[in-house]
Amino acid sequence: MKNSKAGPKMPTQAQAATGEGRPEPRLGHDIQAKIGRQLRAIYDDVVNQGIPERFAELLNRLDERDDKDPQA
Amino acid sequence: MNIDPSVREALLAAVPNLRAFAISLCGSMDRADDLVQETLLRALANIHSFQRGTNMSAWLFTILRNLFRSEYRKRRREVEDSDGSYAERMKSQPEQTGRVEFAEFREALAKLPPDQREALILVGASGFSYEEAAAICDCAIGTIKSRVNRARTRLAELMSIESVDDFGPDRATRAVLGGNEPG
Repeated sequence: MKNSKAGPKMPTQAQAATGEGRPEPRLGHDIQAKIGRQLRAIYDDVVNQGIPERFAELLNRLDERDDKDPQA
Repeated sequence: MNIDPSVREALLAAVPNLRAFAISLCGSMDRADDLVQETLLRALANIHSFQRGTNMSAWLFTILRNLFRSEYRKRRREVEDSDGSYAERMKSQPEQTGRVEFAEFREALAKLPPDQREALILVGASGFSYEEAAAICDCAIGTIKSRVNRARTRLAELMSIESVDDFGPDRATRAVLGGNEPG
């Protein structure tokens, strides 16, 4: 069974501009673009720190364990 | 243990993204690095189960997320409260997590439910497809889409309320004019 689509209507841009009804927060493309940029910026701040030495050292230790100094 | 040079290279290459994802999960750089280290160890121990030619990065993200989840369950009381301990850690570490100009955004991000934040980061920052993100989170593609949408909507609400200068001139104007309205 299909529900009628006649739900409560959102105010149109024109209504908001003429001050009819409450002003809606602008959840448009500008905010979404800003969110996307900020999200990537804080993520990339970490990515751009590169590879801390501890991780290369970890792999070196694991790699050398068997074939170089097994008794050490 | 002999580590195949190509595996070693792929693991190291994934580290920067794994760290960025890890810090978004746990909110602390130190814990994030421990989580990444554990992920590398787990990956090497199970490298035979990785299918060459498939997406190593997605495989590592899955391991990291599962490790975090099992730790999360263990420390549920400490970590569960997404408005509390997580948000506090994010706020208390601006020097570790980035620039001051994003403090407000970071705060809004910290207010999201963990599932939504995770989906948003995988798709919006790590660059995974909805399908890959769904595989990493072990859920349906539709679930990821709806989490990402809810995260974006919630962030937009939080940001539009909190950054009057950028997005809410009407609000400021109304605050000023409000007192002078003819009664």
